[in-house]
Amino acid sequence: MAQPQGLLYSKEHEWAKVEGDVATVGITDYAQQSLGDIVFVELPKVGAKVDQGGNVGVVESVKAVSDLFTPLSGEVVEVNTALEDDPSLVNREPFGGGWMFKIKVSGDLSSQRSKLLDASSYEALIRESEH
Amino acid sequence: MYTPHTDRDIQEMLAVVGAPSLEALARVPDEVALKAPLDLPPALAEIDLMRRFEQLAARNTGTGYRQFLGAGAYRHYVPPVLGLAMRGEFLTAYTPYQAEVSQGSLQAIYEWQTYICLLTGLDVANASVYDGATATAEAAIMAINATGHRTLLVSRAVHPNYRAVLRTYAEGLDATIEELPLTAGGLTDWSQLASRLARNDVAAVVVQSPNFFGNVDQPPAQAQQAIRDAGALLIGVVAEVLSLAVLPPPARWGAEIAVGEAQSFGVALAYGGPYAGFMATTKEHLRRLPGRLVGKSVDAQGRTAYVLTMQAREQHIRREKATSNICTNQAHCALIATMYLAAVGDTGLRAIAAENLRRSRQLATAAANISGFRLAHEAPFFNEFVVRVPGRAADVLELLERNGILGGVDLGRWYPEYTDAILMTATELTTDDDIQALANALQEVPARAAAV
Amino acid sequence: MPLPSSTQTPLLFEQGKPGRATPYVTSSASAEQFLPKELVRDDLQLPDLPELEMVRHFTRLSQKNFGIDLGFYPLGSCTMKHNPKVNDAVAALPGFRDLHPYVPDHLAQGALQVMWELERALSSLFGMAAFSLNPSAGAHAELTALLIAKAYFKERGERGRTTVIVPDTAHGTNPASAAMVGYKVVSLKSKENGRVDPEEMRKAVGTDTAVCMMTNPNTLGLFEDEIAAIARIVHEAGGLMYYDGANANALMGITRPGDMGFDLMHLNTHKTFTIPHGGGGAGHGPVGVAKHLVAYLPTPIVVREGPEGPTTEKHTFRLDFDRPRSVGPVRSFWSNFAHAVRALAYIYANGARGLRRVSELAILNANYLRVKIAEFLTVPYDEVCRHEFVASAQDLKRETGVRALDLAKGLLDNGYMAPTVYFPLIVPECMMIEPTETETKETLDAFVETLRSLVETARRDPDALLSAPQRTPVGRIDEARAARQPDLRWMPAETGVH
Repeated sequence: MAQPQGLLYSKEHEWAKVEGDVATVGITDYAQQSLGDIVFVELPKVGAKVDQGGNVGVVESVKAVSDLFTPLSGEVVEVNTALEDDPSLVNREPFGGGWMFKIKVSGDLSSQRSKLLDASSYEALIRESEH
Repeated sequence: MYTPHTDRDIQEMLAVVGAPSLEALARVPDEVALKAPLDLPPALAEIDLMRRFEQLAARNTGTGYRQFLGAGAYRHYVPPVLGLAMRGEFLTAYTPYQAEVSQGSLQAIYEWQTYICLLTGLDVANASVYDGATATAEAAIMAINATGHRTLLVSRAVHPNYRAVLRTYAEGLDATIEELPLTAGGLTDWSQLASRLARNDVAAVVVQSPNFFGNVDQPPAQAQQAIRDAGALLIGVVAEVLSLAVLPPPARWGAEIAVGEAQSFGVALAYGGPYAGFMATTKEHLRRLPGRLVGKSVDAQGRTAYVLTMQAREQHIRREKATSNICTNQAHCALIATMYLAAVGDTGLRAIAAENLRRSRQLATAAANISGFRLAHEAPFFNEFVVRVPGRAADVLELLERNGILGGVDLGRWYPEYTDAILMTATELTTDDDIQALANALQEVPARAAAV
Repeated sequence: MPLPSSTQTPLLFEQGKPGRATPYVTSSASAEQFLPKELVRDDLQLPDLPELEMVRHFTRLSQKNFGIDLGFYPLGSCTMKHNPKVNDAVAALPGFRDLHPYVPDHLAQGALQVMWELERALSSLFGMAAFSLNPSAGAHAELTALLIAKAYFKERGERGRTTVIVPDTAHGTNPASAAMVGYKVVSLKSKENGRVDPEEMRKAVGTDTAVCMMTNPNTLGLFEDEIAAIARIVHEAGGLMYYDGANANALMGITRPGDMGFDLMHLNTHKTFTIPHGGGGAGHGPVGVAKHLVAYLPTPIVVREGPEGPTTEKHTFRLDFDRPRSVGPVRSFWSNFAHAVRALAYIYANGARGLRRVSELAILNANYLRVKIAEFLTVPYDEVCRHEFVASAQDLKRETGVRALDLAKGLLDNGYMAPTVYFPLIVPECMMIEPTETETKETLDAFVETLRSLVETARRDPDALLSAPQRTPVGRIDEARAARQPDLRWMPAETGVH
């Protein structure tokens, strides 16, 4: 499946959409498929300061659990409260309504970007893991 | 003894496997192979086995005595109908991971969870933990994780064994335990609470009601509020679960987590175990609750079906980040407790509780009427209370023993200010003869104490 | 075909009527006579069922369950062997059943002797200096053992030892227990042949190593041939070796953890020693230690006073609480005593030779299944196994879409309990099969044929398996719904939806 363009991807299967100095973060379609039916998402608190690659939450499915990492550093400014009542949004709209949190990005953005992947590099990563 | 293989079976199977002998198949590197003979008892045929164990059981002469023992394990009437629990389908089933063929166990656990919620007044309960002491420790862990604080304020009136287990677990958790002292009336002394909470490092306050002395020991409204305001959790411990038939439930006296022991509901005394620890909490703390949870759902055809749920909290998935390491619990004992509640029913539970109240007061009156003996406390109690005796409690208990009576537990074992005090318990099994015999024997005491 | 019954029975709370309960105990009194009004609750309403209805309810529930008593239960790592009924009979003897834990020692000599004899037998059988019968389960024993290790290192002033090493095949309780004691967990990658790599171990150990937790045979059912060398590596680094006894059924009378170099261990007597699983517990997890760790065992321990040699009237037993270096108690009272009785009865029934035969035949049964199942299913470790082995449905999944889970559900439809699936984690589409020694050759042959025919069905008509089970009381359950909208208890009607 072609991954949406214009997003940054992490090796831990998160995506980030940067608009100005705010990034929206979620997990990819590949991630939600691997996890199965998502039953609970533990999100960071608004106001929390996070560092690139840091563990900020948890995504639980019926039979598995996965740590949620942040692909960029910054301060959490908003979380998707809709996921409290309907965690299945992550399965249905991983790149849309299933977004998880927004951060006001801080620090050296270009150095952080260099640690992330673009759509085609992420696609290559997925193809490799499926081997 | 229980292996069905004939020599022929073994030969045929070895041929399929391609091994010359059992010994060759089972061989291990010589460095670790067993060399010395084992020091085990010789094998006995079943008929001899029964005889041997009957002899051993007969050496437990204490079961033949009149008894007034409680203190966390209670002698109650066990209706023979509870033998249903010994059905092989319940007894020899594993944890209900394959839900389609475990609906019996799963529904029974859902019923247990419901009973515990109704009895404690809280929102959700787990499928059981080992016992009341470890339940208390697990609740402390929940509170530490919920608050980020590491100090536990524990009433000295909580069962000494439970407090000792908390100390053992605290060592692993890097938590600190501080004690709330006792009043002269055998209750928790709350006077220092506010100043202690002000240090803002308290995860939980742990209190038992009825407490170890048998007294109803609910935190006053002011204390409940202070604990809430400080962001700490009140953990309510109940060692004699039968008391919940009558007394206000932990939810009503501010507990956010209720834990305790359900042994009183039909589980054999069995020299201390296995028993049935329970844990219940509010919706807010649901995700921190350790242990298994059974939920109700449906299958593809829309049939009601029960299933282990929220397993992502547990060790087999979460591993080192699990809410606890607990895997095997006390499922069968919880089943017995559930059957007990179903058998005695609401009416029966109240009647049994009433008999416990009645008999314990009858016992208390009889003991206090003997010259030199008095009740230690004035607080209301459920089925056990403390009696101050002339001289040493140990001596009085020894005299009672010579009269075929186990009069209670010597509190001096744990509380230096109570070496002249006995914790006495009466239940629906206590008879008029038992109480009369105790009173008669106690009559001897003042004479002896005076003579000393 | 041994299948559970589909008879439904409503919840207890949906049955009954006030006043219907059979009166086992009556009282002319009521709570209000003895307690002030504010101490009498008025909110409790439990169901009242007459005995017959209660009996039908639980009889019907029992019939919806699959236990060892009903059929073959090859659940890997759980050792679902026959639970001898004599064990329940001796545990139920009134002298044991009705004994209160606070009965003075001299009036409980039989119980204390049972505990002492079990402790001595286990120590010999597994090569340990002493056991504590305190813990209630394997995980509980692991926690206890790690607390012992912590106390040991604390006393030696070695506070830097904060890491527990665990192979990637370890049972989930191992890292969870380590976390409960504040230890960091390091996972060790297994070798190609499924075993722990001594070279990886050498790289992983250091001055921060507290304990290495291993099972032998491991969770793949393979004997860790290099265990003695691994133990030496850990010891040289100053760490302790812990033996997870889940697989002890494979080694009785053949080898002992103590001789392999383990310092600490636990047993699951509800696995190896036939304590019934009871739907998930109660278990019993004795914890054993080598000589240098005896002082730390939880209290109380059982002591025999009197001369060396067999027990006679000259000997007495007592509970010893006076152990200043003990980690303390880990439970209320002394042990899951009723299970200690059962375990000792099992030891008496077998003796040393009998227990060796148990392990040998467990190994024979497992290898017999392995060889036959390898004919139609991938068996990743194609060598002699111990008491269990793993098969993988990975190839089957690629070919047909049918996974280990679907094969498991297919087995349920055919009157078998499914093997353990998806554990250990390092084998994809894993099925861990442990027949135990109490099964006949005929039972094993029938199981092989059923499994073979399921694999054939997977190739011919995969949908048949994807929709299994069809013949059980309920089919596959909507687990996502159960987790997303937790319904964990019945609620009275007036309060509405939870």
